[in-house]
Amino acid sequence: MKILKEAIAGTLESSDLLVKVAPNNTGTLDVVIRSEVIKQFGKQIRRVIDETLGKLEVSQGSVVVEDKGALDYAIRARVQAAVQRGAAAEDLKLEQLS
Amino acid sequence: MKARRSMLFVPGDNPAMLSTAFVYKPDSVMFDLEDAVSPREKDSARFLVFHALSLAAYKDIERVVRINRLDSEYGLKDLAVAVKGRADVVRLPKTDSAEDIRELEAHVTRLEKEYGHPTGETKLIAAIESASGVVNALTIATASPRMIAIALAGFDYLVDMQTRRSGGSEPELFYARATVLHAARAARIDAFDVAYGDVNDDEGFLREVQIAKQLGFNGKSLIHPRQVDLLHRAYAPTEKELERAKRVIAAAEAAHRNGLGVVSLDGKMIDPPVIHEAELVLSRVQVA
Repeated sequence: MKILKEAIAGTLESSDLLVKVAPNNTGTLDVVIRSEVIKQFGKQIRRVIDETLGKLEVSQGSVVVEDKGALDYAIRARVQAAVQRGAAAEDLKLEQLS
Repeated sequence: MKARRSMLFVPGDNPAMLSTAFVYKPDSVMFDLEDAVSPREKDSARFLVFHALSLAAYKDIERVVRINRLDSEYGLKDLAVAVKGRADVVRLPKTDSAEDIRELEAHVTRLEKEYGHPTGETKLIAAIESASGVVNALTIATASPRMIAIALAGFDYLVDMQTRRSGGSEPELFYARATVLHAARAARIDAFDVAYGDVNDDEGFLREVQIAKQLGFNGKSLIHPRQVDLLHRAYAPTEKELERAKRVIAAAEAAHRNGLGVVSLDGKMIDPPVIHEAELVLSRVQVA
């Protein structure tokens, strides 16, 4: 799935996260994570984001995540929503979500 | 018998509430994709609700998803997510006729097959929010074997009826409550009374709970977590009722063990409705 335009999903409220996606010209996938709990959960957050992007077959673009202590399920949901919006895609296949 | 007293609404676009509603111990939690979610957040909320359905914290709580109407651009997408995520129940808003339920049922059956789930595992609740819905309550309640409850929704109904809430004994809701409740009882399914909107008015809420309980409603739709405990306490049996119910069940079980067809307690016959009532009393013991 290719990110064609800038898009955001989520909020900066507690237990949520804001995900911004954008196309880039480098052909790489750049993921930047900012979190209040990066020391404790940084690896886990990264793992969930990478896994979610992998299932959606997103291999290039820029993904910036501002985490406010979200649980894994919310991270998955917001990344999926941002990618769907950024890819200007029809709805994602539900098989790609879990 | 599992009680169905409290159905707590949780906005489908709010991760904090979606992941914490279980702590209030409602009998059912309703993840809302309809009125609580703005049109521009419907897509994102769908992802949240899909994943929230698999949270282990809800394994002992009935999980309901309120979808948008099927004739909206969101309804079928919501439904696909609810069925794929194995929601226990789909709640259809603004149900006006049995045809609405039959259409929903056909889509649910198709989706269960598509996802390889057992046919019939997804149950349905119809929310009745119009004069047409109230008039058609019985045919709605009996429209599908998947139906487990009907819920009266007061706000839209009263707008349709060209009136408004009065507080007190609420004569404006009497016909709808009585009709919806009779339809549910005739169909052998549950009935939920209207939500109470003023979350800071405990007195008004409890007055309405008493009306619903006395009429025979299983419970109410709830829009705020703090209403769960208030409702459960109001529905909880007294010590005397509880004691009596336990004795009825014990007598029925003893008779069953001994192969006796006739059950008696304190010299009085106990028939199936009495046993059923005792089971209902016991199901309402747990408070939040």
